[in-house]
Amino acid sequence: MKVNIPTPLRAYTKGKETVEVSASSVQGALDALVLTAPELKKHLFTEDDKLRSFVNVYLNDEDIRYLPQREDTATTEVDELTIIPSIAGGSAYSSKSPVPLSC
Amino acid sequence: MLRLTFADYESLRAHGEETYPHECCGILLGNNDSAGNSVKQVIRAGNTRSDSAHNRYHIAPEELIRAQREGRKAGLDIIGFYHSHPDHPARWSQTDFEEAHWFGCSYVITAIEQGQARITNSFLLKGTSEDEKAFEDEALEIDVTGVEENVASHAAKMSVDVREGDKT
Repeated sequence: MKVNIPTPLRAYTKGKETVEVSASSVQGALDALVLTAPELKKHLFTEDDKLRSFVNVYLNDEDIRYLPQREDTATTEVDELTIIPSIAGGSAYSSKSPVPLSC
Repeated sequence: MLRLTFADYESLRAHGEETYPHECCGILLGNNDSAGNSVKQVIRAGNTRSDSAHNRYHIAPEELIRAQREGRKAGLDIIGFYHSHPDHPARWSQTDFEEAHWFGCSYVITAIEQGQARITNSFLLKGTSEDEKAFEDEALEIDVTGVEENVASHAAKMSVDVREGDKT
């Protein structure tokens, strides 16, 4: 199946926009992807192997976080996995940093 | 450096005026080369942060995926994003920084003061990981080629109109 790689992570897939992997589940596809491109691992997963909070993974048009079986959802060769980091921000002060940054 | 046409520059600034007092946001499709990022298409996105739209923005991943697919068909990549800061400087905030994850992409911010677009700045997200990322000021190069032609065309038309007026 095809895994679509976003612009900022293509440095770890030799510039490839898509990577072909063989897998029967979402987790299997992510594992196969990391096996093919080991440097991707730290960008996608935390140290305890959980998907980073800002990394969205879509199976075709579905966010895997909202699929009943999440990462264990079965896949076939015609499915497509898309990795897409989140885009957010704003002028608000961060809840993590109560002191405003002067920049 | 971030290069874009005057029309695209005006388009993203106008978006911020239209959504004022809320933040606008959008996606920049284009290409990256040794000179930097070049915008070929500006895609307006919805701000899903309806709970705090005056000082927060978030683009639905579905919109990003659609833009990525659209770009791929045209040989373009996502090379940046834009958003507005209503009644706030056109500088990145700590929130902008913490939520920035697209390394190598341009983050364009327009200050909107009382509904009017003022300063527009761009910041390049440098680095390759969350631990070493940093925003760097990025120069904007605005292509006014079409604008010059339009002005010239407009001036020529006005000249003809004046001459036509002289005849009457």
